[in-house]
Amino acid sequence: MKAVYFAWVRERVGKPEEILTPPASVITVADLIAWLKGRGEEYAYAFENGHVIRVAIDQTHVKHDTPIADAREIAFFPPMTGG
Amino acid sequence: MSTVIRIQREDFDPQAEADALTKGRPDVGALTTFTGFCRHEEGALSALELEHYPGMAEKELQRIVDEARKRWPVQGITVLHRYGKIMPGERIVFVAVSGGHRGEAFAACEFIMDFLKTSAPFWKREHKVDGSQGEWVEAKDADDKALERWK
Repeated sequence: MKAVYFAWVRERVGKPEEILTPPASVITVADLIAWLKGRGEEYAYAFENGHVIRVAIDQTHVKHDTPIADAREIAFFPPMTGG
Repeated sequence: MSTVIRIQREDFDPQAEADALTKGRPDVGALTTFTGFCRHEEGALSALELEHYPGMAEKELQRIVDEARKRWPVQGITVLHRYGKIMPGERIVFVAVSGGHRGEAFAACEFIMDFLKTSAPFWKREHKVDGSQGEWVEAKDADDKALERWK
């Protein structure tokens, strides 16, 4: 699946997007965040407070307990500050 | 029942957008508009940089507009949001709602702004007047609390 990062999540990870191939044991968004944290110190930093990170699957907001099964695009970003 | 949603780098003309919702519409009795500006924060801020999630930002604004239409019998809705570098005093966001009466037009306009702030994927970063790059703006609890009245 394609992962996209925005705002300070993007800056900490150091790239705007990438292709992820998580192992089969990664079922939910929370699992994916835990797996990402183990990929290197930039990910550990970006996701250190994993619970504050907002997630969208195929451009729709989801909660961390949502299964990622059919996701084509998964986005990670801070709480929104538009308007 | 027209809806206009635009995400753009350029400025917009609030009067022209408002006129578009009322021209040739003798059924419209009320028009509410909201325009949000970039503040200078006591002179410390030289600009805001607005980042967004292209594709999802439009979808999310459409979802918020659809939700507003379920709640109130309004007519035209226009939502504009800028991205890129925006200077103090410049416009950032615009919401206009036309309807038969003021009650639904006021309510829908405020509802759309409240949800836009907390669920449309936009992020602000500060640029300081001393040339330093400031922090990403933090989300405010007050914005989350503002949603509670719509439950």
